[in-house]
Amino acid sequence: MAKKRKHTNWLGFVLLTAGSLIMIFPFIWMILSSFKTVSDVYAYPPRWIPSHWEFDNYVKVFQMIPFGRYYLNSIYTSVMQTLMEITICIMGAYAFVALDFPGKKMLNSLVRSTMFVPTIVTLIPMYVMVSKAHLVDTYAGIMLPQILSAFTLYLLVSFFSTIPKDLFDSAKLDGCGYYRILLNVVIPNSKSSISTAVMFAFLGHWKSYTWPLIITNKQQYRTLPIGMKYLVQESSSEYQVMMAASVMAIVPVLVVYMIFEKQLVKSITLTGMKA
Amino acid sequence: MSERKMTIGGKLYDKEQLRAATVLLLPLLIAILVLFIFPVFRVVFYSFSNYNLIKRNDFRIIGLDNFTYLFTDVKFGKALRNTFTFALSKLLLDTSIALVVALVLDTRIPLRHYLRSAYFAPVVVPIVASSLIWIWFFDPGIGPFNQIRAFLGLKPSQWIYGEKTALFSIVLFSIWKGVGYNIVLFLSGLQNIPDSYIEAAQVDGATNMQILWKIKLPLLRPITNFVIMMGIINTFKVFAEVNVMTPKGGPLYSTSLIVNYIYEQAFTNGKMGRACAASILLFAIIYLLTLIQNRMNASKTIDVE
Repeated sequence: MAKKRKHTNWLGFVLLTAGSLIMIFPFIWMILSSFKTVSDVYAYPPRWIPSHWEFDNYVKVFQMIPFGRYYLNSIYTSVMQTLMEITICIMGAYAFVALDFPGKKMLNSLVRSTMFVPTIVTLIPMYVMVSKAHLVDTYAGIMLPQILSAFTLYLLVSFFSTIPKDLFDSAKLDGCGYYRILLNVVIPNSKSSISTAVMFAFLGHWKSYTWPLIITNKQQYRTLPIGMKYLVQESSSEYQVMMAASVMAIVPVLVVYMIFEKQLVKSITLTGMKA
Repeated sequence: MSERKMTIGGKLYDKEQLRAATVLLLPLLIAILVLFIFPVFRVVFYSFSNYNLIKRNDFRIIGLDNFTYLFTDVKFGKALRNTFTFALSKLLLDTSIALVVALVLDTRIPLRHYLRSAYFAPVVVPIVASSLIWIWFFDPGIGPFNQIRAFLGLKPSQWIYGEKTALFSIVLFSIWKGVGYNIVLFLSGLQNIPDSYIEAAQVDGATNMQILWKIKLPLLRPITNFVIMMGIINTFKVFAEVNVMTPKGGPLYSTSLIVNYIYEQAFTNGKMGRACAASILLFAIIYLLTLIQNRMNASKTIDVE
């Protein structure tokens, strides 16, 4: 959708480039600083490039906190939550798009209302419920309360709506039942959109903070964000170590982002417009 | 044929379709029931009780006591004021920066794709990990921000460690973190404006300013409304960055927001009932604000078609 403008906007370009440098400066600072020695950190005038590349900071992260454990906890819970969330939402979205059932409008507005009640509002009853089920400090306790996402559902609804109705009809004529249509027509035709929804859900779970914070007391169940919060207190301003931890938490996400950027941005605009 | 169809509420439905819908929607319905409807009713119920994590056996219904307590609690008042200050400054700055950047990105500009990616990158990054970077930025002694201030001949600031500056420092972080999201939304809105509208205006001799105020901004209104509405919801529930950067609510509770208050009441003091009452007030505020915003834009929306 390129606009037909005659003149290149050089002034705008210079301004936006300056702004974009501010946006990525923290990442550059983080990466460079994760290799700094303590004396580099305290140097004045500030030293941008490490005087000597110190890889020990990365080792120290693992010595100071069970970083590997946190990492695995985060991977495990995020993957499982994403799987559950996506399964629920694929089934629900397909029903919304392809099936006719009573109470559709009511269910739709119910799902919509979950978007407008921030999870913090229901946080305490949720905590009470989970603790009564003896799920505090368990993976199930971390995961189960976070698998409902209206955002993912609407994203998939808008993706599935773009599948031509003819495909449904011809499958029906071939004698496919509704489940077969979902498995053999809808899912194969939406592979790329489903993977976008998966990425989105995963990124959301990967950075989830408040719920894992309150539901874990034992160190062994902490996810990465929670572990890193406590690293701040435990490392007492060893900034270079904090940066090494941040690099390990951020870089995988940035790589995923660079690969899937187009889809991510497209989905944001899609749901943004619809809502 | 009639046994394959049935009427519900005067409408004819296919039985096979109904069965499939039930099966497919069951997990979603259960999730909504357990993770949404049930907790919503419980939060209201608890808010009228003295529910205490430490003294569980002394559970009583105490009417509106929690709410009257909140209205007289100095800490809650402070959290309320802080939250409004935070939300207002973030909404204003975030929305206007995003709009300006999107307007410029929508012109003919080299490396547009790269620039958009740079603005959007902080959005996808985990909030705790990026907070760690900014904690260093805000260090009054060896943080880059104060080093830049020193270079410019300014006095050092206390940033997140100063009573007057702490909240605004977090607003700064929060804008960096979130502005890309709104830029993407605004940009998509701008790109959906048909070129022909702009060209027609240019043929009629409209200036760029007139095109901006008379065409682009009015047509962007639905997006602007959405951005502001999401902004209200999101800024009022801010917690992670505040909790990571100022774990104890900042100097003299200067960064204590409503969510921090709820968290502290519930999980430090064990006062679940009181925390639930605060949650309900938080929801009421968000609800009222989005309602007002909806009313305002309903009266202002210009129908172009």
